Amino acid sequence: MFIRIQKDKCSGCETCIDSCPYDAIVMKDGKAEINELCQICSACLSVCPEGAITETEENSDKKEKGQGAGVWVFAEQRDGRLADVSLELLGVGGMLAEKRGAELSAVLFGSTEKEADELIKWGADRVYHCSAEIFSRFNDEAYSRLLSDLIRQYRPEIVLAGATPAGRSFIPRVAARLRTGLTADCTSLDIDSETGNLLQVRPAFGGNIMAAILCPHTRPQMATVRPRVMKRSEYDSGRKGAIIKVTADNITSRTNVIETVKEVSGAALNLQEANIIVAGGRGTDGQKGFDLLFELAGVLNASVAASRAAVDEGWIPYRHQVGQTGKTVGPKLYIACGISGAVQHLVGMQSSDIIVAINKNPDAPIFNVANYCISGDLFEIVPMLTKKLKEVKGL
Amino acid sequence: MKTIVCIKQVPDTAEVRINPETNTLIRDGVPSIINPYDMHAIEAGLYIKEKTGGSVTVLTMGPPQAETALRYAISMGVDDAVLLTDRAFAGSDTCATAYILSKAIEQLGVDIIICGKQAIDGDTAQVSPEIAEFLDIPHIAYIRKFDDIKNDRIVVQRLMDEGYDLVESSLPVLLTVVRELNDPRMPSLKGKIAAKKAEVKKMSASDIGAGEDDIGLKGSPTQVRNIFAPGTTKDRKILEGAAEEQVDLLLKELTELKCL
Repeated sequence: MFIRIQKDKCSGCETCIDSCPYDAIVMKDGKAEINELCQICSACLSVCPEGAITETEENSDKKEKGQGAGVWVFAEQRDGRLADVSLELLGVGGMLAEKRGAELSAVLFGSTEKEADELIKWGADRVYHCSAEIFSRFNDEAYSRLLSDLIRQYRPEIVLAGATPAGRSFIPRVAARLRTGLTADCTSLDIDSETGNLLQVRPAFGGNIMAAILCPHTRPQMATVRPRVMKRSEYDSGRKGAIIKVTADNITSRTNVIETVKEVSGAALNLQEANIIVAGGRGTDGQKGFDLLFELAGVLNASVAASRAAVDEGWIPYRHQVGQTGKTVGPKLYIACGISGAVQHLVGMQSSDIIVAINKNPDAPIFNVANYCISGDLFEIVPMLTKKLKEVKGL
Repeated sequence: MKTIVCIKQVPDTAEVRINPETNTLIRDGVPSIINPYDMHAIEAGLYIKEKTGGSVTVLTMGPPQAETALRYAISMGVDDAVLLTDRAFAGSDTCATAYILSKAIEQLGVDIIICGKQAIDGDTAQVSPEIAEFLDIPHIAYIRKFDDIKNDRIVVQRLMDEGYDLVESSLPVLLTVVRELNDPRMPSLKGKIAAKKAEVKKMSASDIGAGEDDIGLKGSPTQVRNIFAPGTTKDRKILEGAAEEQVDLLLKELTELKCL
């Protein structure tokens, strides 16, 4: 498809320019013109008062759809242990496989047969497992080569992976190698009932808008999903499936991990696994505010998170950051203190079960997503909350 | 050492808001900036030049107005600038964009390619590893420190969830960088003068030998079907009263929900 502006109809009113999220419409000689930034999102079509903007289909668009069947999940492991996101992907992958009437498979590099078997119990029908030494540690080239080879051999229709540091680094190589589409950080995945294509929804422009993305002609359709966005399926200890052993002959790499250094432990590390999170933003006004949050977190056995504003101010390290450019979290309880609620933050914590917002400004956008809204001063509310909780818990 | 820094001109997304009535982005007064992560990439390129000699070229794909971003990079001290601009690039997704950039880089020749870890308008972080794959060279993402740079080998620290990996690679290599790596310098007066005078080299699809099936819409496996405003509202309770009443009410509710 293509977006076209009919010059004879264009009145030069410039209405369409503001409608374009990609800055792809410019004025030239008093007429609107589409430039190379156009993503064919169709946002401009309805706004033109003259009806001068149209979508046109080119003959060459009608490509044959690629072949393939089955849904694959790349199951990431760290130090041999399955990453939580792998199990979450099996949850959404199972739903997609059912809708396509296809099998759900997992691909596991490294780990042992015990973890491969766990993947079956979490919902996989098959597990392609390679236990070669080169895969014990994350390696971009080795991972991308073997995964591409397996995809070429078995031709799945859909491939999902975690949007973790490793996934975000090596999965694009696989997509480029196979010359197929990849959509990053999907917040929702579904099958388009008309075409059978994978419908991938993701935030763009710092989370200010959502975009629905399709990969209509090439296979597999590939997507990454951030941890804590999807729900796991049920664990079934009696579930049976097939484990297919994969060898990795001739897989080499030009990069080498000399050493892996762990620097974090405790609260920060557990942000994505935390049941309760206490988060602070610009309203904490620095160290003094965060001290109060850490005290509250101590009583609740919670982790402490922060908005980008607080991290950019240097009040707390980056690894505490929640949001589009930080971590995505989904605790049972999220207490947002002095966070205004820029969309960039909201996309990182919206899937929390219960959200409490404490903010001085009653119009703060955080209140739009909160279940409990307290409009007040965190310097008054938070210490009071801590004190009363101590009493309740008999501390 | 020949270094190419890939940058992108983006709208400052922190300034972008949605018009709730029309469901469209309000772009009025939203400035175009160099993607903030790319500023650290430019600084990294200049650092490598200072350490090992050679040259730094800055490369972008975009409309003619992206030249502003390139000139700013020159004012920071970059030697050359290349603008990939062509109507035929319209509609390129990450795959097609990476292909176009890789074709240009092939022509320019390179030892080290540096990119920001992601662009703030799309946040995909896909283009850089895809460039490396198209060029068939290794890449290392999220560099936070250079430990050693030699003619045939580089050792860097890669930021990971729980700490960092010390990673070595042969050259040529592509690196993506995070904010912790450095503080981008301000343009110097000399740089500003150079930026005014500098010639920005322009390259089109035919200059880089890219076929029409590999670029633009035809070369893009993904398509944006539609865009929409993110949903908000859920069940929400506004707690009323004095601070203490609000806190008591909250504790009561949370206790009932077994949240604590």
